Order: sequence, then C-alpha cells, then structure tokens
Amino acid sequence: MNGTVITNPKVVIKDLNFHYGSFHALKSINLNIPEKKVTAFIGPSGCGKSTLLRTFNRMYELYPKQVASGEILLDGQNILDAKQDLNRLRAKVGMVFQKPTPFPMSIFDNITFGVKLYENLSKRDMADRVEWALRKAALWEEVKDKLKQSGNSLSGGQQQRLCIARAIAVKPEVVLLDEPASALDPISTAHIEELIHELKKDYTILIVTHNMQQAARVSDYTAYMYLGDLIEFGDTDMIFTTPKKTATEDYITGKFG
Amino acid sequence: MIALYTRRRLINGINLTVALLAMLFGLFWLGWILWTLISHGFPSLSLSLFTQMTPPPGSNGGLLNAIAGSLFMTMVATLIGTPVGILAGTYLAEFGQRGWLAPTTRFINDILLSAPSIVIGLFIYEVYVVTMGHFSGWAGSFALAMIVIPVVVRTTENMLCLVPNSLREAAAALGAPQWKVVILVTLRASTTGILTGILLAVARVSGETAPLLFTALNNQFWNGNMNQPMANLPVVIFQFAMSPYEDWQHLAWAGALLITFTVLTLNILARFFFRQKSQSY
Repeated sequence: MNGTVITNPKVVIKDLNFHYGSFHALKSINLNIPEKKVTAFIGPSGCGKSTLLRTFNRMYELYPKQVASGEILLDGQNILDAKQDLNRLRAKVGMVFQKPTPFPMSIFDNITFGVKLYENLSKRDMADRVEWALRKAALWEEVKDKLKQSGNSLSGGQQQRLCIARAIAVKPEVVLLDEPASALDPISTAHIEELIHELKKDYTILIVTHNMQQAARVSDYTAYMYLGDLIEFGDTDMIFTTPKKTATEDYITGKFG
Repeated sequence: MIALYTRRRLINGINLTVALLAMLFGLFWLGWILWTLISHGFPSLSLSLFTQMTPPPGSNGGLLNAIAGSLFMTMVATLIGTPVGILAGTYLAEFGQRGWLAPTTRFINDILLSAPSIVIGLFIYEVYVVTMGHFSGWAGSFALAMIVIPVVVRTTENMLCLVPNSLREAAAALGAPQWKVVILVTLRASTTGILTGILLAVARVSGETAPLLFTALNNQFWNGNMNQPMANLPVVIFQFAMSPYEDWQHLAWAGALLITFTVLTLNILARFFFRQKSQSY
C-alpha cells in the first residue's frame, strides 16, 4: 500500500479502526508519518480524514459512542492506551480547527491559556513566550500594540493565526490542522500556507484539506482516503503526478469526488 | 412566470398585513394598560411615597416600608437563586450529556418554570411558615428564590448551548481539563447572556404577589428583621386596591406604576446587555 518507505517515523498507526456507534468510519488503517514534514490527508467528504486526525489527540473522546481501537504510536508510545494521560498528550499534540476559535478574552490571554496549564512562568517569561508564539505565527507585527484587545476583534485570517500561535505556545511536537484555511479568503489562505512552510522546520504537521492544490502546495507527503480506507500514501509529487492506484488518479484529476 | 411572481407578492403582502395587525392588536392593549396606569398613578406620585410608611385608612402616608421590603426580599431571593440556578444550568449544559440525571432535572425544572406562583407560595407556607409558626421576610425570599431558580437554570443552559462546540474542542485540544474549559471559556463566553437571564428573573419576581401572600404577608410598619412579616409592594397594592378607602387606592396606583417602571427598566437593561454581547462577538 505504501509507495514510500518512511524511516524513523514520528507517528506509527497500526491497524486503527474507528466506530461512530455502529458505523465503521476507519477500516484498519496502517500508516507511518514522518517527523518534521507536512503530511496531507485528502479525500471526498465523509472519507474519514477528519476522523483520523481527531484520533491523534483523542478529541473524539469528548463525545459518547465514538470508539477507536488499534494502536497509534507517538514516539513509540501507544496513545490510545487507557493509561495515556489525555492532558499530557494534548500538550504534545496541538490542534487548529476549521473555523477560527478565539477564546472570549484578550489576545494575550488567548496565548497564555494553554501555557498556564503546563508551566508556571514569571510575568516576564510569559510575555516573552507570547511574543515568541505570535512571531512564529507571523502575527506579532499586526497585534503587538493591541495585546489587551479581545481576540474577537481580529479579522478571520488573523484569528486563525492567533489559534495557531495559541497551539504553538504550548510547544507541542505535532500540530494537527483540520482544514485550517477553508473558512478564509485567498490572501489569508496564502498567509497560513506560508506559515505551514515555516512551521515544518520544528514541528510534525498533519493537515486535512479539501483543496487539492493546497495539499500539493504545502505537503511533503499525501494520503488519499476513501470511505474509511487509506487508498494510497506517498510522496506528494508522486501522488499528484504518478499515482499507483486509478482511484487516486480519478480523484486527483477530478473525474470523481 | 409573471403570474407566479404576482401571486408570491400578493401572498407576501397579505402575510405582512396580518402580522402588522396582530402586532397592533397586542400594542393596543399594552398601550391602554400603560395609559390607565400612568393617568391614575402619576398624580399620586409624590416625595412622601419614598419617605413615609403605609398609613392607616384616612391619613397620609407613603410606601417606604413596602418599597424597602420588596427590594430586600428580591435581593435575598436573587442571591439565593442565582448561584443555584447557574450551577444547575451549567451542569445541564456541560456535564449532563450522559445518564438520566440531566434529562430528569431538565424536566422537573420545566415544571417548576411553569408552576403557578401561588403553588410555590403554598409550598413555602407549608414547609417554612408553618414550621416556624409565623410569617416572615425569609419565607417571602425563599418563595421568590423558588421562582428565580428555574428561570436562571433555563437561561444559563440555553446560553451555554449557544457557545459553539468548536470553542470547547479548542480549549480541550490545548489539554485543559473540563472544569477549566467550563469556567474559563464557555461560562465566560456566555456571561452577558446569563446576566440578561438574571435581570429577567429579577424583573419576573419583583411583580409576584401570590407567593408573598402566604409567606411574607405584610407589615404596616418599618421592619428590617427578616424573621418578621415584611411589607412588600405587590401585596400592599393588592390590599390597598381592594380597599374602599380612596387614599389607599391612590397609593396602590402609585405602587403599581413604580413596579411597572422598575420591571420595564430591568427589561430594557437586559436588552441593552444582550446587544453589547452581539456586538462583541
């Protein structure tokens, strides 16, 4: 199934199955995800790509009747293990959602919210961390004079970068992006894509996107999913130019989906 | 095509007219009530209303003890009812997804919400007034609190349900435990909505008469002791308006005017707060 061999993966998925009640949403997924690269998940609506993304930080556990079985090894440790501390997992695996979700508090407090959960920083160190995170998210220059303002006062694109800064501030190792640009205009989208390029130097990035051009632009590896199956995984260039499966080719060329 | 369009415009016109007439019908009665109230109550307004106690028939007086009693009992009722209501509403919205406790609580709360207030008065009479052996300000406050609680529970739950799930997920994704998500994010996001609910609850109880008849009763004199029967505007209005004495009837009109405008002000304040909210999000 794998067209590319990933050596030294950050995340290893072994025989992962996922159920929404009686609905079988992910069917024995096996996949190695490389460290400090961007891996894109593409596929038509309902193929399970968001479901897969939400297993990496066990987000699905907020809701009853959602069950994952199998193994997801993060640095060799099975995160689906009941003994895995959820809060520690989420400190290591950050997430940014489709719609910007600034908390109802100031820009500054939005960033410190996550940091305060894990670290007891002095005022000065905290201010440094906020600046660091906002700079990483390429938002610092736009908000440095209004850190006390509500996060809701920013534009949609800025709000999304605030959410990325908030996720990075905790210093995770893996960042999950669930269609991070689908609610944004083209210019904001371009900002986010540039940002993803910058961030992959330090983080392992997993992105779900409906936009195939975006997947081709930002990712190093691409996984094509359909109806809960992982159809093909490989180098992005390979997937987009010479896919091995006709199903992948049909989707990418627009014959289907 | 054209015929279809004309037909649609016609139906639209008819519906608009009917809606407008319905609104005018409602406004007409409201206007009449307010007009009667103002025309009778306004001449009776005077400074002595706020400085003198309720008089015996045939002499001059004011409503000071009733105003103070109403304010005091409403305040105590709000202080009791608000925390209970907010906590219960938070439980229903944030923690009650699984199990049978939340649906049952919600059902009982809905019954309490629509229970006739006189039943609540009788209930407090039975469990508190009879046990203590006398009417009291506390009993009145408890009865009013029983009315505040379901209103606050309902608005808190509704306001928390308006907070998009994506906000909860975002906070949880950072690794925040649920209690922090609730206190720091969802409750904060709905502060103005919940505040609006509390104001509406206060407005609701400040005009309640029935639950006070059997609990706080009334008092001719100034009373700062919550263990004694306490004067309050609604019961004073009820007694004075039914009396044959003209000066009592004037005081009743003045009291009714006061209550109406207090409730009106509270409602306007509530709307004002809510508008602030919709602007900031």
